Amino acid sequence: MVARRSYGRLLAFLASRSRDVQLAEDCLGDAFRLALEHWPRSGVPDNPEGWLIQVARREVLGQARRRGVSERAEPALALLAEERLAEPAAMLPDRRLQLLFACAHPAIASDVHAPLMLQCVLGFDAVAIARAWAVKPEAMGQRLVRAKSKLRGSGVPFAVPEAPELPERLPPVLDAIYAAFGLSWERLDDTLRQDWATEALWLAELLTRLLPDPEALGLRALMLYSHSRRAARRDDRGAFVPLEAQDTRRWDMDAITRADDLLARAAHAGRPGRYQLEAAIQAVHAERRHTGRVATDALDVLHGRLRSIAPTLGNTVSHAAVLCRLGRATESLALLAGVESAAGQYQPWWAVRAEALSSQGDPAASAAYDRAIALSDDAAVKTWLKARRSPTQG
Amino acid sequence: MKYMLAFYETAETFAHRSGPDAPAYWGAWKSYMDEMNSVVTSGSALQGPETGSTLRVRDARTHVQDGPSPDSKEMLGGFVVIDVPDLDAALAWAKKAPCAAAGAVGVYPVLPMAM
Repeated sequence: MVARRSYGRLLAFLASRSRDVQLAEDCLGDAFRLALEHWPRSGVPDNPEGWLIQVARREVLGQARRRGVSERAEPALALLAEERLAEPAAMLPDRRLQLLFACAHPAIASDVHAPLMLQCVLGFDAVAIARAWAVKPEAMGQRLVRAKSKLRGSGVPFAVPEAPELPERLPPVLDAIYAAFGLSWERLDDTLRQDWATEALWLAELLTRLLPDPEALGLRALMLYSHSRRAARRDDRGAFVPLEAQDTRRWDMDAITRADDLLARAAHAGRPGRYQLEAAIQAVHAERRHTGRVATDALDVLHGRLRSIAPTLGNTVSHAAVLCRLGRATESLALLAGVESAAGQYQPWWAVRAEALSSQGDPAASAAYDRAIALSDDAAVKTWLKARRSPTQG
Repeated sequence: MKYMLAFYETAETFAHRSGPDAPAYWGAWKSYMDEMNSVVTSGSALQGPETGSTLRVRDARTHVQDGPSPDSKEMLGGFVVIDVPDLDAALAWAKKAPCAAAGAVGVYPVLPMAM
């Protein structure tokens, strides 16, 4: 059977000229259905992808003819002209990079970038994607349909942006892949979510293969560092283990080695960016497997640089956490105070504030722990925070 | 593909159409339109929003309102239809519009009509 990995390649090829993802999806879906009918009887063809693409292309043209002179006819005819160029089917050009850039186009709402990628490039249906984002399937379905109708109607190009445009156009692609990766991060015990990390890693690998930009390499390194620790984030009893206390023997050394290599390749370009810096921070943590200690001073420097190019709430809180660990609780609290208005429901802000207050023996720590506990939706993290809170309650 | 670029301007920007800022205002628009000349198929600048009227028919009764829709801070100051390869090209032209910084530019794909 044709692997799901080839779905995006087929779809990208069908959609890249027509710019009509919905039509390409429908026709590819029909082709897969016909394959399920025919292949068990007549045997799997020598070139299954070629078979599918031929059937799907015939569908595209058939639909265009049925609709007569419609808005969809023109792209379908462009596809027809291309048909001869693309023989044999095994030589299909890979247009997945173009598809990734279309999915994360600035004219498409950013919260639908990642869902669109999972659907178009990996072939997940709206129900699975809705479950991952914890929204109703109908709501996710509507967002996806709307985005695809915008792709078709508005003339979003299926093209890789020119070099001068890349600094603006690549970050949304990276952010969407990272958002898909983040789906599996929050609830480690949820196996449905866990699967998304592997899918997102595969997207990142695809991206770096097609476009070895330093930030893309940095993103993939960052994801691999995180992924390398998935077995160490809980102990044998299922309790939460913070990064500094993780048993390094539980880390996936192969993933770390690959991440180190990717980061070294990225650094070679001499164009640091947000994802490379975040990966470098994780590389410092990963060094503990050799040195037995965390180079906290190096973390301070890297977090400072990261915050200067991306002064987000998350980056500020992470830097505050490092300062707290360095025994610089006053600076840590000052940094947190600077973003207090945005902190609201952001659990890490309260957790770091609690730690910093607690290290100063401030009784206000208890209330901050309470807030952090209330905002955690992970039982293991709640338990860990409760244990941290109790010494200040005495 | 054809796109309409709708140029939305704020009340302050409209005020620059006359008075000491007028040469700079009109100069910026003239050089923008000159640069875009080869892709523009039609379009026009509009008179100030206070000259506009908004008409609605409700229950077979005609309501004409003096001025544009009252709840928008940015008002239509002009439009062009351009013919360019794709949305990126249209967005690139929109970005150069003098009103992009203080106001906004609406980018609308034109619906192709079968003749």
